[in-house]
Amino acid sequence: MNNPQKKYDIVIIGGGPAGLTAGIYAARSRQSTLLIEKGAIGGQIINAAMVENYPGYTDGISGIDLTGAMHKQATKFGMETLYAEVTGITISGDLKIVRTSGGDFAAAAVILAGGSERQKLGVSGEAAFTGRGVSYCATCDGAFFRDKEVAVVGGGNAAITEAIELTRFASRVTVIHRRNELRATKIVQEKAFADPKIKFLLETVVEEILGNNSVDRIKIRDLKSGQVSLLKLSGVFVNVGSQPATGYLKDLVKLDNNGAIIVDERLETSVPGIFAAGDIRSGSIRQVISAAGDGAMAAVNAGKYISG
Amino acid sequence: MAKPVEIPEAKFDEAVLKAKIPVLVDFWAPWCGPCRMVAPVVDELAGEYDGKVSFFKVNVDDNPAIASRYGVMSIPTLIIFKSGQPVANMVGFRPKAELKKSLEKAI
Repeated sequence: MNNPQKKYDIVIIGGGPAGLTAGIYAARSRQSTLLIEKGAIGGQIINAAMVENYPGYTDGISGIDLTGAMHKQATKFGMETLYAEVTGITISGDLKIVRTSGGDFAAAAVILAGGSERQKLGVSGEAAFTGRGVSYCATCDGAFFRDKEVAVVGGGNAAITEAIELTRFASRVTVIHRRNELRATKIVQEKAFADPKIKFLLETVVEEILGNNSVDRIKIRDLKSGQVSLLKLSGVFVNVGSQPATGYLKDLVKLDNNGAIIVDERLETSVPGIFAAGDIRSGSIRQVISAAGDGAMAAVNAGKYISG
Repeated sequence: MAKPVEIPEAKFDEAVLKAKIPVLVDFWAPWCGPCRMVAPVVDELAGEYDGKVSFFKVNVDDNPAIASRYGVMSIPTLIIFKSGQPVANMVGFRPKAELKKSLEKAI
């Protein structure tokens, strides 16, 4: 299939906004460039029905259209794409050997742009009812909950945006968040507070998801009083943040306490010639625009590293 | 090359449940990002398994009754049917290798 000796100037791992933008910059500067993606092009933002804060799109654009265009753009400049999972990276002299389920590749520089993985709630019933009332994508599944009651677990931007989106279908949306205030941007919060269909249970956690064939209630605990109660509903949308996807990198590059990759001001990791961009790096603000910015910066600095 | 066929409710029982070979049904909708990502993978598999497995797509927007009959509450959902019975149910985006494993098991 793939020639194991194939060598590229730059290998990019991860096909979200960071990796795709790195691809545009690297390929356009005539570096031979390979992007490796284990799942689907676009990263986590493909779950967003509308991205409202990406500059230049006054009416917003869907995550899938935005990243689809980035992929097309990078491909136009000559970037190649491989769908495979990276299992490890080793250093061999001046080269980095990227091992994947689709063969090994040598690169002069590597850009780590694998983003982060959605965190699960980690409560009983969550796995059993995934696809039966437990969902990780309101855009995909909201319509199955027409005139039903649902909960959104989480208090960040993605969670509150999901709650607002779900009011188009659900009869009531309960936001359950462990802290006493939301983390979401003020404009998003204001929209949610103004919506009569959205109810808030703050300082509350989900302890168990229950049902027969599908979810019919959840057990929740009020953290202030310690009181446990049952909430009847049909759907639970989990949006409790994410973890940098650095499991396979922990013996290679330095990570911070959260598992994110530590980089310098040029986005270079503790290993010369290996750069990190987007949500995977320490200090990322986890926005499409910042991921794209990181991708550009990492690609330019990787180019400088290669030319010495 | 074989391609997955969009199937309406009226033809579902005949095409899927009475099929002589295993059938993979892709439950999807146009508004769903991950569904649009699964589609090319399913397209490729339809080519690779031509003659061994039939591939159909059910738009849950137009055919809510079939989705609810099989308890589909999350898309994309891929269900593999063998002799009219669902034998595998996969929710969300799955890498191609994993889908191939499920198909091999059903053949």
